[in-house]
Amino acid sequence: MIAEWPPAFLFLAAAAFAPFLPGALRKTVLLATPLAALVLVHFLPEGAHLTIPFLDNELVLCKVDRLNRVFGYIFCIISFLAVLFALKNEDKTEQSSALIYAGSALGVTFAGDFLTLYIFWELMAIASTFVILAAQDELSRKAAYRYVLVHLGGGLFLLAGIILRLQETGSLAVDFIGLSGPASWLIFIGIAVNAAIPPLHAWLKDAYPTASFSGAVFLSAFTTKSAVYVMAKTFPGTDLLIWLGAIMTFVPIFYAVLENDIRGVLSYSLINQVGFMMCGIGIGTPLAINGAVSHAFAHILYKGLLFMSAGAVIYRTGKIKCTDLGGLYKYMPFTCICCIVGAASISAFPLFSGFVSKSMIISAAGYGNLLIVWLMLQFASAGVFHHAGIKVPFFMFFGHDSGLRPKEAPWNMRLAMGIAALLCIGIGIFPQPLYAILPFPVEYAPYTGAHVVGQLQILMFGALAFALLMLSGIYPAEIRSINLDTDWFYRKGGRLFYSGAASLFNSLNAWADRVFVHRMTSMMGRFFTEPGGNVQKWGLGLLREAIGLDHETLRPEEDKIDRRSRSGAYPVGGGVLLAVVLLAVMSLLFIL
Amino acid sequence: MKEKRGWFDKKENLIFFLRIFYGSLVGLLVIDFFISKHPDFSFDGAPNFFAAYGFISCVMLVLVAKVLRMLLIRDEDYYDR
Repeated sequence: MIAEWPPAFLFLAAAAFAPFLPGALRKTVLLATPLAALVLVHFLPEGAHLTIPFLDNELVLCKVDRLNRVFGYIFCIISFLAVLFALKNEDKTEQSSALIYAGSALGVTFAGDFLTLYIFWELMAIASTFVILAAQDELSRKAAYRYVLVHLGGGLFLLAGIILRLQETGSLAVDFIGLSGPASWLIFIGIAVNAAIPPLHAWLKDAYPTASFSGAVFLSAFTTKSAVYVMAKTFPGTDLLIWLGAIMTFVPIFYAVLENDIRGVLSYSLINQVGFMMCGIGIGTPLAINGAVSHAFAHILYKGLLFMSAGAVIYRTGKIKCTDLGGLYKYMPFTCICCIVGAASISAFPLFSGFVSKSMIISAAGYGNLLIVWLMLQFASAGVFHHAGIKVPFFMFFGHDSGLRPKEAPWNMRLAMGIAALLCIGIGIFPQPLYAILPFPVEYAPYTGAHVVGQLQILMFGALAFALLMLSGIYPAEIRSINLDTDWFYRKGGRLFYSGAASLFNSLNAWADRVFVHRMTSMMGRFFTEPGGNVQKWGLGLLREAIGLDHETLRPEEDKIDRRSRSGAYPVGGGVLLAVVLLAVMSLLFIL
Repeated sequence: MKEKRGWFDKKENLIFFLRIFYGSLVGLLVIDFFISKHPDFSFDGAPNFFAAYGFISCVMLVLVAKVLRMLLIRDEDYYDR
């Protein structure tokens, strides 16, 4: 039955054939694939499909439940929007790798067993590396190299955990695990790398800002959110995640305030938003899980929208640093409005999508009486508005006049941004359809008076703080710089390891060259010109020292040895003995 | 593309915008006294708690970030050297 195929296969097939199709047809296929997959995801019946016996186990290529169907929907929707946005990018490498990337994210989402999950997990890492590489410059090449190393490393943790777990439980099924024992920790760390949980988060900010104008839109959607799904499936209610999530919302916002690259700011706010989801998964109540899932759904749309608006600015101006941009609202008004909608959504303004999803997580923290976590999340809410909500639109479209006079974004970008913006507003005003597809029944009302006023107060007085700090000159100036993050450990540490290894092994090599190649061979050469004579002379020398004779007494004996050795007048036995000894030494060395 | 005059280039528009902004701040402070609250903790039902928390949070955020910058800032080519 084609209707029970994993949606991933559609993407993989399209990725395989699309590069060979002529322009218009190729673009049609690219656009049609996510839509067809969306229909497929909608009509897939719940339960396991496509089970294949494998060794003593069973591979389940496609297993549908209420949790992963939500992720399936949004992955298809954002794939369509991102392809539409990228339509003018003729780079076939990026097109195909983006489709494989989206497809393997769907593969991870619907995988019923850990082996299938792992294969799609690695495929996702490789395809996304090619999406980064598609920018085709020095910066992205280096970043992609680090990116793939980090993800392959994370993948190995996951694989080791899966194998250990298979040994312990005999089961490959993707199901609740919970933190207990080394297998679960390894799997947890593997997922945490993709979810960008600090201190394993630096790859994200390192790589995403280097992608092409359209590549970053794909990147922003899949890797972290498929990890959110797997975390929600395997580690719901893990207390550690509450704190990791809270820290994750907290730390990146300081960096985002200082960051000069707009897409760097968006990367940090992405980590911050995934932090809310992790916190929700950690709290683990139905309300919190619903919050995390709906927040992932809303987040993919508004984060995609923000990366699209940044991409449109790059496409038209070639610039993306705060220091280079400003005043573009006059020239790209549509992009500006879409960016503001995305900013309002990520800031959780009432009537925008972030409000109806994030509220659930914060409320769940409140109901659970998690005071410190609640305070941290509220602080992060104010903070995210501060940098993603105000800083991103302000420095791109307002602020000082940069002197740039770009044209408005092309029609396909406007259409993609427009649809994303409408969805953000639509979810904000009518959250019921989103609530209806969440894993647990929703009895939550986001729009209460206290809630709306409280949230508006946080946001508007945060804005007041921004305005006052800006006017008083206290706000950190935009500076061309980078800020140290945990990637320092492998970027500088990697170099230190390299130079350390180089000096250790090169000096070892030089020593071996000196001793074995030069000294030993010449010594052995000298010895083997007259092996019998040399051994006898050596024995004679020992004898002389033992008895205490002087050198001159034995001179005639030495002369005799020399003479015999030159004329070859030896008993054959001496040569044979030497050969046997040599062979014995060689075989001993060989055995050892 | 030639020079354009944006909406914010007119001074009266900017003043209008700022009036709306400040007006909404005052409005939010006033309306807080007239809504029914359902606090989760002992303190978040206090009048205008969220306004104070939002403002203080953002000021703290920026001040801490300024200190962090002193520790973390490097040249753009730091990793290429």
